[in-house]
Amino acid sequence: MAENIKTARILKFDIFRYNPAEPDKPPYMQRFEIEEAPYMSLFLALNQIREEQDSSLQFDFVCRSAVCGSCGMMVNGRPALGCQTLTADLPEVIALHPLPTFALIGDLSVDTGRWFRGMVDRVNGWIERETEFDRASIEAPMDNETADKIYEADRCIECGCCVAGCAVANVRPDFLGATGLNRIARFMMDPRDQRSEQSWFEVVSDAEGVFGCIGMMACDDVCPKDLPLLEVYSYVRRKAVASLFSSGEDHPARREAEKA
Amino acid sequence: MEPFYTTDVLVIGGGLAGERAAIEAAASGHKATILSLVPPRRSHSCAAQGGMQASLGNCVKASGDNANWHFLDTVRGSDWGADQEVARMFAEEARVAVREMAYWGVPWTRATPGKNSYFIKGERVEIDEPEDKAGMIMHRDFGGTAKWRACYASAGTGHSVLYAVDAEVSRLGIEVRDRMEALSLIYDGDRCWGAVARCLRTGELTVFAAKATIIATGGYGRIYGKYTTNATINEGTGAMLALNTGKVPLGNMEAIQFHPTGLWPSGILITEGCRGDGGYLVDKDNHRFVAELEPEKQELASRDVVSRHMMQRIKDGKGADSKFGPHIWLDLRHLGEQHLKTKLREIWEICRDFAGIDPVKEMIPVRPFQHYSMGGVRVDKDGHAYNMRGLFAAGEAACWDMHGFNRLGGNSLAETVVAGRIVGQRVAQFVDGETLDVSTALTEAFKKEQEARIADWMSRKAEGPSVYDIRDAMGEIMIDKVGIFRTASELEEAVVGIKDLLEQVKTAGLHNSKPGVNPELTFALRLEAMLKLALITAKGALERQESRGAHSRVDFPQRDDKNWLKRTLARWPVGASEPVLSYEPVGMLDLPPGERGYGHATRIPLEQSVEDYNASVAEAQKAAGKQDTVEPMGSQIQWGAWEQADTKAASS
Ligand SMILES: Cc1cc2nc3c(=O)[nH]c(=O)nc-3n(C[C@H](O)[C@H](O)[C@H](O)COP(=O)(O)OP(=O)(O)OC[C@H]3O[C@@H](n4cnc5c(N)ncnc54)[C@H](O)[C@@H]3O)c2cc1C
Ligand code: SF4
Ligand code: SF4
Ligand code: FES
Repeated sequence: MAENIKTARILKFDIFRYNPAEPDKPPYMQRFEIEEAPYMSLFLALNQIREEQDSSLQFDFVCRSAVCGSCGMMVNGRPALGCQTLTADLPEVIALHPLPTFALIGDLSVDTGRWFRGMVDRVNGWIERETEFDRASIEAPMDNETADKIYEADRCIECGCCVAGCAVANVRPDFLGATGLNRIARFMMDPRDQRSEQSWFEVVSDAEGVFGCIGMMACDDVCPKDLPLLEVYSYVRRKAVASLFSSGEDHPARREAEKA
Repeated sequence: MEPFYTTDVLVIGGGLAGERAAIEAAASGHKATILSLVPPRRSHSCAAQGGMQASLGNCVKASGDNANWHFLDTVRGSDWGADQEVARMFAEEARVAVREMAYWGVPWTRATPGKNSYFIKGERVEIDEPEDKAGMIMHRDFGGTAKWRACYASAGTGHSVLYAVDAEVSRLGIEVRDRMEALSLIYDGDRCWGAVARCLRTGELTVFAAKATIIATGGYGRIYGKYTTNATINEGTGAMLALNTGKVPLGNMEAIQFHPTGLWPSGILITEGCRGDGGYLVDKDNHRFVAELEPEKQELASRDVVSRHMMQRIKDGKGADSKFGPHIWLDLRHLGEQHLKTKLREIWEICRDFAGIDPVKEMIPVRPFQHYSMGGVRVDKDGHAYNMRGLFAAGEAACWDMHGFNRLGGNSLAETVVAGRIVGQRVAQFVDGETLDVSTALTEAFKKEQEARIADWMSRKAEGPSVYDIRDAMGEIMIDKVGIFRTASELEEAVVGIKDLLEQVKTAGLHNSKPGVNPELTFALRLEAMLKLALITAKGALERQESRGAHSRVDFPQRDDKNWLKRTLARWPVGASEPVLSYEPVGMLDLPPGERGYGHATRIPLEQSVEDYNASVAEAQKAAGKQDTVEPMGSQIQWGAWEQADTKAASS
């Protein structure tokens, strides 16, 4: 990439500004210009802007290596991790907005943390079991293929990009989103989890769950960890429909499935 | 938010250590509350990829492993700086802790029977794994261990373990206050009663009054500025809570681990695997200087040695230039596309995503970075802080002290959950007999103190250097003069330089006075304490006239058990302009001081007998502020059990 920047570009950042502590100042866009440098990510660029031009600018970075999920933001209209986005891959004018659907903390900082804790609490995002750990026992065996499969789904870093990019989540605040369905799938496929089909069904069956999803797969496109969200969606939906038939319950989704 | 909040156990830190401890307290029926700078799952623990040590012995290369082996490796790795009783408790409990994580849902990689193919010292080796271990937790090889012992979940061990532990926190309904920064402890003489915290959503202050308080705030690598692999939030705010009491000592702050290859300039860790597979380190003239200076081991010489050569090269003006400063090149091109995109896939991805580099065609800019802090809040084996009842610490923030002067890869993740369990239980026991006996006059006084600090910063307009300039200057001093290889003259310069920065902070101001959380203010509130930690690190390194583990003094190359088989304790009396250093014995010795088998060749032996040394420990540590532990000192040591680990087999 170094060769594309023979003469450094002057980057123009248009950044969404709003400080809830100054409620009478309406949101506005502010432009900052900085000279591009090699290997410049939005992590480096935004810190440079804050340290040299406007020290009140709010944004969140923790790991700066795409593992903690802190830095989701809209980059030229598309949800992405700031730390994983290189300016070299962007045009000269870069518009940055906070992720929609999450509560705004200020400027580019949003409250994904509470949203995700809420999601985990709603889907009981933990291993449901009757017993407690016995320190004298050795681990129950698991074949490595199962472990790998669970790990694949466990990789979600809760960045919220899929939620921000989802048309349904943007209009329905309680929709679980692709990450929520993925979390459900993660525990569904885990043999250590002792939930029955029926109890899973209760979690996913309403419009905030799998039947709310319109399957356009914007989420699958934007996930920075390349989670197979399309597969997840089909898996959860299949399971939900199956438990629906076995329960004999009347449900719009069942009628729809029967028609098909 | 309410300005006054009460709980039984206040846990400051939502990483692995803090959450695991909170679970223990909550499981015993106490109310636990967790504060964290960030949502817990974003804590730095999530970044650990490699693995977690536990001697389960589940594959051929791990067979015969047990807690004795793990104990031996840990004490040797520490260069005898560890408290051996704690190392023993750790080695025993790590096995339980890792299995508990399996119970809570961690998708540990599992053993597959039949032919497995591994890369061992750059060569492909086929090993038949036995049927009877099918599906058990698998191990991988890590440096400094006699057996394969690291348990791992693909390439995301820290992530998966943190998610499992945080899920348990949710299951138990433990309250988490994220974006909430503890600014000060509340204490009455030598009894801690919670903390004053600032909300990082609104900037408001809240008193969290608690019967017991646990500091689990992780490492503080950011005192090295940008020269660290640590996350941006690892700024030592936990150590400072303890330090600012003037009473609680920090232990061995000079014990800092470095890693030779962080991606330049971002500091993202590039694992050793790429050099293991044959990568070269070259300078700006494309010269393989490490191979020349270390003809035998070449790029695979120990971390410390490689790091020193790299820094020396940069000092000699032979580093490659970049806008962000000079660096060394890591050249992997000769390994070929096939190899890079399969075996070294993660490294290939990191280069692509964070440097826009294709290592198949281009060289990778790297430099040594600070990586791990062995030191921290000095606590006894129960996790109880010296000189302060009701204050505990666990995880990387604590100096418990199982790592001594060098921690082994994989031992720190294991420490977080082991210490979380053990310290959490002790905290629960402590709280059982206590009532919350704290006056609002006291809590208000501590809150007022923080309000005054904030008002003071807000009233100061920046004229001279900004808080960020001071931070950068600190980072340069630390990496340059308190780095990998240390000498008296450079350390003295560092002490002078940091003291000067401490003066500058007094007159520094802010560039904005916006209400609310104000990120510049948030950082400014941490800066003075970061400088204090930096000064303690430099002073401790200057005073310690020996080389031990990661602390390498060019002017004192030997390990000196005669004079320095002891732990540095640093306090900063309230109002003082300098820290006070003192020393205590490292703890009771079970494994007598000996050779590590790597690193420094020679040492000055202990003059005393081990018996005499051990007889002195209890009294000396008590004098340093250690409280009475629930069980007496030495009760957990399994005297001589390490002899059952066959040392000959280890070296083969
Ligand atoms: C790149 C990298 C890779 C690593 N890989 C490995 C590995 O493979 N194996 C291994 O064993 N170890 C590894 N380590 C080390 C290991 O990850 C850490 O030592 C460990 O995770 C620390 O856990 P912790 O719970 O002590 O702290 P952390 O996970 O850092 O958590 C600290 C918590 O404290 C909170 N906090 C801090 N200050 C305050 C405050 N003032 N108020 C409120 N909350 C606060 C933070 O928000 C956070 O929640 C690695 C380290 C790095 C840097
Ligand atoms: S498929 Fe569409 S509706 Fe469903 S979660 Fe993904 S983005 Fe949202
Ligand atoms: S599924 Fe992907 S995009 Fe959605 S939160 Fe998880 S990592 Fe982010
Ligand atoms: S800062 Fe952690 S994902 Fe970007």
